[in-house]
Amino acid sequence: MLPDGMSRVTVLAGHYGSGKTTVATHLALELRKTRERVTLCDLDIVNPYFRSIDNRELLEKAGVRLISSPLAGTSVESPGFPPDAASVFDDTDVAAVIDVGGDDRGALALGRYSEHLKKDAAILLVINKYRPLSANAKDAAALCREIESAGKFRFTGIVNNSNLARETTAQDVLNSLPYAEELGKTLRLPVIATFAADWLEITGENIRPMNIYKKWVTL
Amino acid sequence: MSEKILIKGNEALAEAAIAAGCRHFFGYPITPQNELAAHMSRRMPQMEGVYLQAESEISAVNMVYGASAAGVRCMTSSSSPGISLKAEGLSYLAGCDLPAVVVNVQRGGPGLGGIQPSQADYFQATKGCGHGDYRMIVLAPNSVQEMYDHTYASFALADKYRMTVMILTDGLLGQMMEPVEVAGGEQTVFDKPWAVAQGKDKQVVNSLFLKPDALEKSNLDRFAKYRRVEDDEQRYEGYQLDDADIVVAAYGASSRIARNAIDEARSRGIKAGLLRPITLWPFPKTAFAKAAERARAFISVEMSMGQMIEDVELAIRCSRPVTLCNRVGGVAPDPKMILDAILEAKEKAI
Repeated sequence: MLPDGMSRVTVLAGHYGSGKTTVATHLALELRKTRERVTLCDLDIVNPYFRSIDNRELLEKAGVRLISSPLAGTSVESPGFPPDAASVFDDTDVAAVIDVGGDDRGALALGRYSEHLKKDAAILLVINKYRPLSANAKDAAALCREIESAGKFRFTGIVNNSNLARETTAQDVLNSLPYAEELGKTLRLPVIATFAADWLEITGENIRPMNIYKKWVTL
Repeated sequence: MSEKILIKGNEALAEAAIAAGCRHFFGYPITPQNELAAHMSRRMPQMEGVYLQAESEISAVNMVYGASAAGVRCMTSSSSPGISLKAEGLSYLAGCDLPAVVVNVQRGGPGLGGIQPSQADYFQATKGCGHGDYRMIVLAPNSVQEMYDHTYASFALADKYRMTVMILTDGLLGQMMEPVEVAGGEQTVFDKPWAVAQGKDKQVVNSLFLKPDALEKSNLDRFAKYRRVEDDEQRYEGYQLDDADIVVAAYGASSRIARNAIDEARSRGIKAGLLRPITLWPFPKTAFAKAAERARAFISVEMSMGQMIEDVELAIRCSRPVTLCNRVGGVAPDPKMILDAILEAKEKAI
């Protein structure tokens, strides 16, 4: 079930470690249930670890095309753009989710697409109340402004992905709702959805279950 | 209970240092420890502290040398190749009996190696990586919570003994995100009459002793201190250890994988247990000697070609067979291979 506030091209940006890749993977797979041609585009130029390519098999099996730098997942630390990234803007028949690297450094990658993004994109800020540098609405808003400035764009909505990984409880998710609302008011942006891991089985207005397609390390 | 936060191992190292009163951080980038320096670069100005990206690892460790001599809590961090560069500074810190906290988020080596996790710097950390006779206290966390807790505790430990404390961790723990409860409580503040500071009488912080007798005395005094550390600071954790026939020795990320194998062995009726050193120096010799009274065999699980295994053999005076179970080059062992090693050890020993 997809939230309102998405567009033909939906971009996920936000603080480092806020869960952009997890949400992007989820949205791409959900989109594929109703759309024939879906692309997930990894524009992370910051982190050599935990990239969309880790889910390549899952995505391809579901019929989602993954656009990713040839260097992603190779341990080669060279920020590289996938050569076919711009195709998601040109090929208007495709529904695309763009997964951006963390913080202002990661958002730099969007700068070159700023003209395209003005036309037909939803740009969503992924937030997690339980990350220390974005734990209150004021700090999260400051981070948001830095990201927008670096990427030369304006966010169009907020995705609340507040979680404590495997230890997340339903109460943790519920406790994050006022935080998301306050941030929305500060930034004058709609909170388009709160995502909660499906095993939590929470229901509520605007709360949506998310399958976590993450390979938990057996530790 | 304080609230939990979701944090990366590398960020936990930074937050714990700040909580412990560290306001001087000198860094230089290298994967997989970059989040530590990046986090410090944002947080230190908020705390009216100093974040300085040096021009090299060597400069960074020598900035720690200067800051520590001035009496402040300070820290530097790197990953394996960068620690090699810091070796000279670590020796000078020891030669001046200066407290410092140094982090190594290990990656595969030797040389440039790779950016995936490794435990191949055990010798470097525990046997002295710079020149001369000296020791560092080496702490090996095995969770993001411990990354926080041990770093938080390390500053007081460094001040107490006027030594470098190294946090020896790896890319797996550094990159892992886990919920962490952050520490409260008072930090012990140590008087530092030896520190060089404005408005004080002349103080000399120096490792140069041209007279052999004086240099010998400084070494003997330092080693008397090291003996106190060996007596008082050996730390370990036992898991299913009390009745263990097969003892698995593992630290850091390897120890968490080993726990899974031990649970599986126990479910098959094999008395396997884990002895996890938390201090790699001083090595928990007493706990190993005690475990050897009952155990039939030991297995050292490492992400190296076999380094800690030598300390296991020494600690138990080779009284039991010790085998190595390892992966290297950025590959972590899996529970299955550790279970196989336990089954094999049982076959041979019992």
